[in-house]
Amino acid sequence: MIVAKGLTKVYGDFKAVDGIDFTVRRGESFGLLGPNGAGKSTTMKMIASTSQRSGGDLLILGKDPNKHGPEIRAHLGVVPQQDNLDRELKVWENLMIYGRYFGLSRKFLKGKIEELLEFAQLGEKRNNKTEELSGGMKRRLTIARGLVNEPEILMLDEPTTGLDPQARHILWDRLFRLKELGVTLVITTHYMDEAEQLCDRLMVMDKGKIMAEGSPAELIKKYSSKEVLEVRFGSENNAAVAKKLEGIGERLEILPDRILVYAENGEKALEQIVKKGLHPVTSLVRRSSLEDVFLRLTGRTLVD
Amino acid sequence: MSMDLSTDNKMTWTGAKNIVDPQVSIRRGALYVAENRIRNMLKWWSSIIAFGLGNPTLYLLSIGIGVGTLVDNSLGPNAIDGVSYLTFLAPALLATAGIQGAMDEVTWPTMEGFVWDRTFFSMNATAITGNQIVNGVMLAAMARCVLQVFLYELCLLAFGAITLESMPILLLVSSLAGLGFASLMLAFSASIKDDDGVFALVGRFVITPMFMFSGTFYPITSMPIYLQWIGWISPQWHATNLGRALSYGMPIESWLLILHWSVFLIMAVIGFAWAHRVFTRRLEA
Repeated sequence: MIVAKGLTKVYGDFKAVDGIDFTVRRGESFGLLGPNGAGKSTTMKMIASTSQRSGGDLLILGKDPNKHGPEIRAHLGVVPQQDNLDRELKVWENLMIYGRYFGLSRKFLKGKIEELLEFAQLGEKRNNKTEELSGGMKRRLTIARGLVNEPEILMLDEPTTGLDPQARHILWDRLFRLKELGVTLVITTHYMDEAEQLCDRLMVMDKGKIMAEGSPAELIKKYSSKEVLEVRFGSENNAAVAKKLEGIGERLEILPDRILVYAENGEKALEQIVKKGLHPVTSLVRRSSLEDVFLRLTGRTLVD
Repeated sequence: MSMDLSTDNKMTWTGAKNIVDPQVSIRRGALYVAENRIRNMLKWWSSIIAFGLGNPTLYLLSIGIGVGTLVDNSLGPNAIDGVSYLTFLAPALLATAGIQGAMDEVTWPTMEGFVWDRTFFSMNATAITGNQIVNGVMLAAMARCVLQVFLYELCLLAFGAITLESMPILLLVSSLAGLGFASLMLAFSASIKDDDGVFALVGRFVITPMFMFSGTFYPITSMPIYLQWIGWISPQWHATNLGRALSYGMPIESWLLILHWSVFLIMAVIGFAWAHRVFTRRLEA
């Protein structure tokens, strides 16, 4: 569905996307992860065929977006980071006008709108203006709008940012249903739990480059251990204690407030620590997560 | 192929390749954009009619009838161009209606489309292109422009300010003035980052002077020469003068006649080319 080779986007002398290669297959749910400014949104815009690439090759649905933008876009669904609904219009009208842009007939759209309103659980709000909707409702409407042309690929740029947990879970459920329908999904997100829930395959980006690629399980296996032991010795002692912990587990990470021991077996690592006569104030063994992979690959320093 | 999602939610899914023909949007995209703009306008139809007709009617009553009576009484009924003051004024008021009507549909909607609601970006995410958005917005603006001028003509007809026969040509002239000016304003609106009072400035320093100094209320030649240039560059004057020549037969030289028509055309050509460029770039960023 999507094939990128050496895909590059340059703004002035800033390389937003720096020669990346990736493929997305039909029916796959593909996630783009990365800190702010990693180049995710720029990549999404190029896939959405609204932003021309500066270099490399890109094929979407078998076509070159630089030459066939409108043809490709006719078969895509896009859910942008910022909702761009028409505030003056009612909920159903937003779906109607959007369907019209694809040249769909009013008769077809009448039925489609009913389905989409039900899908987005907005049936009761059909006659409300969109400015009267909550954040979660607006998001669901934007997603429903992106489905009006039954797209081959649905692109979602941070679909659940800013939503409360209930709204996020409803959205995840809706997106999972689309996946079951065989819709190819391309998703960017900051939430690792979201990526684990929704994506078959992930690409971690940083500074315009690909840091890692694979299924969530593969990435965890490759870049983290099976388990993580978190121990706290008090903020002043962590650094000093850490020296004595060397050799325990596969890898140590010393943070200001705690020490992370990446190990195959967390409990065993804790036993080893105690054997050395060290007694952490608190200790916690958990399974390794995508978040550990992400932080390892992109660092813990804050980027803005 | 169609399948059920689950028991509580049935969704048919045939796939875009089977239901969307890209060529349809490629051919008719501008019409779909216009359809959306008109749907938006209909939400405001009462205020569009009220302002579109109310404002000029006030001018018609206060200046046309009020000042008109004064002029006709003191200078004689046929003092200017051999017609009544109201007849002299009518083409100018129609030009204003045309320009204002078209302009209102390109300035704020462009801010809405690029900044406030970002709806132009949502259009561009479909098969619609920047050029089609420009053409569609203009199409809708012209629909309003023509309607507004026509309604105003009915008003003027009722007051005996214009004749039935002159209605089509005045409609054409005023609408063309609207087209020329609005296409420039569309490009201008798309070039500014955010409103920040720019439109208020434009209103005060462009629209109002244009209205006041374009031979609207008296022949442009009655003004000192150092103010006449405002008229020369203003579509309002070109439309007014052309309207006077073509409606009640104000004497005019043929080169000026050609110039008047050309001004609208040139403005529109520049306006569209500029707008296409700005829209495409801004959507791309």
